[in-house]
Amino acid sequence: MNSRVRTAGGLLLALAIIAAAPQLLGKFAVVLLNDIGLATLVVLGLVLVSGVGGAISFGQAAFVGIAAYATAWLTTTQAVSPWLGLAFALLLTCSCAWLIGAMTMRLGGHYLPLSTIAWGLALPLLFGNIDALGSHSGLGNIPPIHLGAWSLDQDRSMFPLIWLLVLGGGWFAVNLLRSRSGRMMRALRGGEVLLASLGADAYRVRLTLFVLAAAYAAVAGWLYAHAYRFVSPTPFSLHASIEYMFMMVVGGTSQLAGAFLGSAVFMGLDDLLKDVMPRISGRGSEISSLIFALIFLLILQRVPRGLGRPLKRLLGQVRTQRPMPAAAELALPRRELPARGSLLLSIDGVVRRFGGLTAVDRVSFDVRAGEIVGLIGPNGAGKSTLFNLITGALPLTDGKVRFLDAPIAGLPQREIALRGIARTFQHVKLRSNMTLLENVALGAHARSQCGLARGGLRLDRDEEARIAGEAMRQLERIGLADRAHDLAGSLPLGTQRLLEIARALAADPVLIVLDEPAAGLRLVEKEGLISLLDTLRAEGMTVLIVEHDMEFVMNLVDRLVVLNFGSKICEGRPDEVRADPQVQAAYLGSDA
Amino acid sequence: MNADIALILGADGLAGSAVYLIAGLGLVLIFSVTRVIFVPFGDIAVFAALSLGAMEMGRLPAAIMLIGLFAVIALIMELVELRRDRAWRRLPATLLIWGLAPLLACALAGWATSHGPEGLRVIAAVLLAVPLGPLINRVALQPIAHASVLTLLIAALVLHFLLSGLGLLWFGPEGIRTKASLDGAWVLSEGFSINHQVLLTIAAAFLLAAAFYVGFERTRLGKVLRATASNRTGARLVGIRPRHTALVAHTVAALLAGIVGVLISPVTTIYYDSGLMLGLKAFVAAIIGGLISYPLTALGAVAVGLVESFASFWSGGLKEVIVFGLLIPVLILRSGLTTHADEAEEDEV
Repeated sequence: MNSRVRTAGGLLLALAIIAAAPQLLGKFAVVLLNDIGLATLVVLGLVLVSGVGGAISFGQAAFVGIAAYATAWLTTTQAVSPWLGLAFALLLTCSCAWLIGAMTMRLGGHYLPLSTIAWGLALPLLFGNIDALGSHSGLGNIPPIHLGAWSLDQDRSMFPLIWLLVLGGGWFAVNLLRSRSGRMMRALRGGEVLLASLGADAYRVRLTLFVLAAAYAAVAGWLYAHAYRFVSPTPFSLHASIEYMFMMVVGGTSQLAGAFLGSAVFMGLDDLLKDVMPRISGRGSEISSLIFALIFLLILQRVPRGLGRPLKRLLGQVRTQRPMPAAAELALPRRELPARGSLLLSIDGVVRRFGGLTAVDRVSFDVRAGEIVGLIGPNGAGKSTLFNLITGALPLTDGKVRFLDAPIAGLPQREIALRGIARTFQHVKLRSNMTLLENVALGAHARSQCGLARGGLRLDRDEEARIAGEAMRQLERIGLADRAHDLAGSLPLGTQRLLEIARALAADPVLIVLDEPAAGLRLVEKEGLISLLDTLRAEGMTVLIVEHDMEFVMNLVDRLVVLNFGSKICEGRPDEVRADPQVQAAYLGSDA
Repeated sequence: MNADIALILGADGLAGSAVYLIAGLGLVLIFSVTRVIFVPFGDIAVFAALSLGAMEMGRLPAAIMLIGLFAVIALIMELVELRRDRAWRRLPATLLIWGLAPLLACALAGWATSHGPEGLRVIAAVLLAVPLGPLINRVALQPIAHASVLTLLIAALVLHFLLSGLGLLWFGPEGIRTKASLDGAWVLSEGFSINHQVLLTIAAAFLLAAAFYVGFERTRLGKVLRATASNRTGARLVGIRPRHTALVAHTVAALLAGIVGVLISPVTTIYYDSGLMLGLKAFVAAIIGGLISYPLTALGAVAVGLVESFASFWSGGLKEVIVFGLLIPVLILRSGLTTHADEAEEDEV
C-alpha cells in the first residue's frame, strides 16, 4: 500500500507542477521547458531502441520530421483537425520506420548506425526538395491544436499538453520494460540464440522496438509542428539526430529517467552557452559550440555511463524492499506430458560436416519419455555439435531428428524451442542486470501472451502475477526464492547454471537439454543439482545431459550414449558403459 | 542525354570515385585496426585544403594552431604517463613523436607560405594533415579505446563538430578554392576532353591503392596491421601493441586525408564543414566493402562516384538523397547474406 500511496503522491505533485509551471515561469523558461519536453519524448524512444535494444539509431530526428511534415501538410492543405494530423503522422512515421527497420534490423554491429546515418541525412534533404512541402523554406500557418473550445496557440498553453504526453510516454515505457514483452526487449543484447531458445524472434523484437521509438518521435514531431506552427527541414537534420544521441549518452543509455536528465542537461547547457558566450566574445556562438563539443568529450571520457547512473545509485538507497511474489502451482497453462516410456526424441543417422571435417558421423539413438540420458565423450568427440543439431542452432548435413513424432531437423531454433525442448548454455547466457525473478520469467515467455500495448498500459497485471508465481515456483525448486530480487550478475557461476535450469523449466518443456550443467559447480551444488534432476524425473520430465564430468553422470542417468571422434561408440546403462573396453580406451588411452 | 554528356559525367564520376576510394581506404584502415568509425577524416582533408588556400593567400594556415594545441595536450598526457610508469628512458622518443615531428610539419608550412613554390605548398599542406590524425587519436580516442563501438562513434562525431567548429573559428565561413591544379586537358574528341586534374586524381588513387596492396601483402608492418584487424586479442598475445598499430593507422589515414584535401580543393569549393559529406560518402563506399575489404571498397567508391555524378545531372537537389539511397540495395543484399551465427554478447554501454 505504502508504495501505491507514494506513486499517487508523486503523480499529483507532477500534475501540480505541470499546471503551475507555465503560470509561474517566464516566457523563455517555458519555451526552453517545452523544447526539453519534446526532446525527452524523442530520447525516451531512443533509450528503448538503442539503450535497451542495442540497435543504434542516428535517424530519430528524421522520424520527428516525417511526423511534423505529415501533420503540417494535412492540416494546412486539407484543413482538417490537428488530431487527425496526429493519427496521420503516427501512421506514416510508423510505416516508414517499419519499412526501414525491416531492411536494417537484421544488420549486426556497425552497419546499423551507419545506415541510420545515411537515411537520417537523406530524409531531411528530401523534405527540402519537395515543392508540395515548401522546399527549403518550409510550411507555415499550421493551425494550433484545439481541446474543445480551448485553443493551444501559446507556448504557455502547449506546456501542459507536452508534459502530460511526456509523463504518459514515460509511464508507458516504464510499464513496458517491466512487462512480458519488455523483458524480452531487455534480453535482446543476450543475442539471437538466447531469444530463440526462449521462443522469441530477436529480429521481430528489435523491429517492434524500432517502430515504437519512431512512434515516440512522431508524437514529438506532431507537438513540434503545432507548437511552432512552422516546419522547415533544418531541425530534422542529421545534426539533430546526433544531438538526440548525445542526450541519451549524457543521461545514461539504458535508463528511462536518463532521457529527461540528458535532454535537460543538454538543452539547458546549450541555451546557457548561447546566452552567455556572445557577451564574453564577439564570436561567441562559434566558441560556444566548441565548448559544447569539449564538454561532451570530457563526459565520454570521465562518465562514460552517463549522469543518470550516479543519480540512480543515490535513489536506489532510498528505495524500499519490494514484496516477494508468492509461488503458485498451475498458474500458467501446462503442456500434456507424453506417457512414460514412449518414444520422445529419435536421432537417426545424423551427420554434420564442417568442410572436410566430419564432426558428427551417422549418430543414432533414442530418448524415451521420463528418462535421463547422458551424452558423454572426450574433448572434440562432437558432443556440442550434436547438441546444436538437436536444438537447431546448426543445420544438419544429413540424417533425421524426430521429436514427439514429428520431424524437427531443419526447423529454426525458435520453432524447436516452442515445441517443448528447453535448453541451457555451456557459457551461461543470463541477463546480469535483470533480477533472478525476471530471468526465470523470461523462460515463461512462450506460455503467456500479453503484448506491447497491454504491457505498457498495465492491463497485464493478472498474467504478470501468474508469470511471477510460476517463476517463484521454479526459483524455490533451485533454492533461490529468497534472492528473487537480486541481480543475476551477483550470483557465482555455479548458481547461475542452476538459474538457467530454472529458466528452462519455466518454459514447461517436455524435454530439457543441459549443456555441461556441472561445469564450475562445487560438490554441494552438484549434489543439489542431482537431487533437482531426480525430482524432475519423478515428475515425468525427460532430460538429456551433455556432460564432461563422468562421476556426475554415472550417479544420475538411466542411460549413457558415448561419442568419440564424431561417432557413437557405445550406448547403455552406466555400469555397462563403464565396463566397455572401447570407452575405457577413448577416455584413458588405448592401453588401458 | 547524349553520349558526350554521358562521357563527361562518367569522367567526373570517376574523379569523384578516386577521391572516395582514397578516403575509403583510410576509413577501412582505421576501423579495422581501432574499431573507430572515423568521421573526422573529412575534416582533416578540409583542414589540408583550407591550409593550402591560406598559404596561397600568403597567410599562415591556422592548422598550425590546431596542431600546436593538440601537440601540447598530447605531450602533457604522455608525460603524465611516463611519470606514472617511471619510464623516463622513453622520454626522447616521446618528445620526438609528439613534439618535434608535428613541429617540423608546421615549420615547413610556415616557410612554404612565404618562400615556397606552388608544389612545396601542396606538400606542406599534406604534411600539415599528417600529425593531425595521430594527435586527435592520442588526445581524444586513445583514452576510451576500450569503450563500445557506439561510444567510439559518438566520440568521433563529437570530434567532427569540434574540428569543424575550429575550422569556422580560424578559417572563417568563406569557401576556398585553391589554385594548385594541373592545367590543360586531354582532348579526346570535339565535345569531350578530360582535365589533367581529373587524370591526376585517378592516377593518385591507383597509385595509393597499389601501395596499400603492396604494403599489406609484402611488408612486416602491413602484416602487423592485418593481424590486429583480424584478431585484436591474438595480436596482443604475440606482442603487437594496439597503441602502436593505432598510431600507424591514424598516421597513414591522415596522410590520405591530406592528399584528398589537396586533390579536391582546386575543383570543388571547400567550406569549413564540407568534411562530413565527404566522409559520409566515403563511408557509403566502405559499407559496400563491408568496412573490411579493400577491393570491395574500391568497387563501392566507383559506384558512389558514378551515381553521384549522374544524379547531379538529373537532379542537383536530390543528389545526396540518391547517393545515400544507394545504400538500401546494398544493405538488403548484406542483410540477406548475413549468416545468423550468434554474435558475441554485446557489452552494456
